[in-house]
Amino acid sequence: MRRGRFTGYWLMLPAALWLALFFVIPFYSLLATSLYDPEGSVLTGYDVTYHFANFVDALDDFWEPLLRSLWYAAVATAICLVLGYVLAYAIAFKAGRWSSLLLVLVIAPFFTSFLIRTLSWKLILADDGFVVDTLQFLHVLGDDSRLLATPVAVIAGLVYNFLPFMVLPLYASLEKIDGRLIEAAGDLYASPSRGFLKVTLPLSKPGVIAGTLLTFIPAAGDYINASLLGSPNQRMVGNVIQNLFTSTGDYAAAGALSVILMAIIVAMVMVYIRTAGTEELV
Amino acid sequence: MTGLQRAGRWIGEHLVLALGLLVMVYMFVPIAVVMLMSFNDNSKSRNVYAFQDFTWSNWAHPCRPNGMCDAVVRSIEIGLLATLVATILGSLAAFALVRHDFVGRSAANTVIFLPMASPEIVMGSSLLALFVASGFGGRLGFVTIFIAHVMFCLSFVIVTVKARLTGLDENLEQAAMDLYASEWTTFWRVTFPLVFPGVAAAALLSFSLSFDDFIITNLNAGQTVTFPMFVWGVAQRGIPMQVNVVGTVMFLISMFLVLGNMLATRKKVAA
Repeated sequence: MRRGRFTGYWLMLPAALWLALFFVIPFYSLLATSLYDPEGSVLTGYDVTYHFANFVDALDDFWEPLLRSLWYAAVATAICLVLGYVLAYAIAFKAGRWSSLLLVLVIAPFFTSFLIRTLSWKLILADDGFVVDTLQFLHVLGDDSRLLATPVAVIAGLVYNFLPFMVLPLYASLEKIDGRLIEAAGDLYASPSRGFLKVTLPLSKPGVIAGTLLTFIPAAGDYINASLLGSPNQRMVGNVIQNLFTSTGDYAAAGALSVILMAIIVAMVMVYIRTAGTEELV
Repeated sequence: MTGLQRAGRWIGEHLVLALGLLVMVYMFVPIAVVMLMSFNDNSKSRNVYAFQDFTWSNWAHPCRPNGMCDAVVRSIEIGLLATLVATILGSLAAFALVRHDFVGRSAANTVIFLPMASPEIVMGSSLLALFVASGFGGRLGFVTIFIAHVMFCLSFVIVTVKARLTGLDENLEQAAMDLYASEWTTFWRVTFPLVFPGVAAAALLSFSLSFDDFIITNLNAGQTVTFPMFVWGVAQRGIPMQVNVVGTVMFLISMFLVLGNMLATRKKVAA
């Protein structure tokens, strides 16, 4: 099938053009936006004045939501890793012939709107709802305390929304493990827990790296959970960027903040590529 | 072996599965709530956070909330168009990446991976920056949403079709050609039917990504309202229960298609 020297180029061209025009070039526009004259407005237009102070100003004004985003995303990723590992392990090794059905069920939540599911959490965690009542009855929560508008609610929402991104790569790498290796560990008198720590866990490392990145990145940029389940005290960097762009029209600050967020994430992905290589993730 | 040991072993064997199923339940609770609330009659009180009375009326009159059905139709239109374009361009690219060698192949693989690893807020604001800088800032709407959706669906299509193509036995195509089938006939009679489940899965994924997208769409939509934007708009005031009807219908249709695709694939493998 490898006929025609140029067939590959022709097949690749339309998708490559689309991604170049609407994914790669926009990053340059974003970079230019971040160097706009901060005095510009929607009415007077914007000039690129290489105003590098935008970055300093953005960090100065919004370091708090930025750090909060990274912190919430890190906690949510850690919880997702634990829950996702249990689920992926169960599907890969314990579910037998049900594994493909369970795998479909993992992606099933994707097919109900993200927003509707998050609103559903709002209802579950509501002040006079079942969860709060139970926790108050058990004295985990005080009589006046609530779950909505707390970091707990926002992180719970993030965990829920991004869990499938953790489970799928974990399952993919667990499923590839040769079961005989785990048996061999047992034959050599390793206890099941030791066998897990010395054989299964290291072999699933590519899945762990892929899963943590695919969970952390969207979680750090998300603002839907913070908006619907949190209060202004749980404002994340996504809320700020979105607001600056659509309500305030402060494109310079919004652009600078977006670039900062992307830079942090690119740095993380670079570390990832060094550790595992791109092909593994795709 | 004592009974205690045996019990310990049984728990060890089944504990992981039980915990895994618990995680699964956690994933489905909100969907169950959506389904339940689609039968909620909250006409007597403004409280949308509790189940008041059972009713069929949300299902009988799904279009009652102002503007909701228009938004659903618009999302379906954008979703179908974006899916069509992304599936075609993405499948072609997947063929190029799996079956052909060309300069820049590994660079292409990296660029394809990046949209899946970029936060939506950054992609959305970059695209908005491009549209504003090139003078389309005042003309945001259907077309700009469509452009954005094709962009983020492409990577997912390419990855899905690539996975299916990589697992395909090239000997089958070789056999067809040995039996004097032309390259064209081989493609339509052998390659395409074998790749089709992958293409179908990619199309389904694209449609649901497009239908569901909020963050990128919201930045590039101008005055155009898609279904997620409608939901966002009413979320502050208390959502109409019909939103849950749409959520339930979406879930049921896509589950039906996903399970159908799964069974069809399995039957072909078995045959």
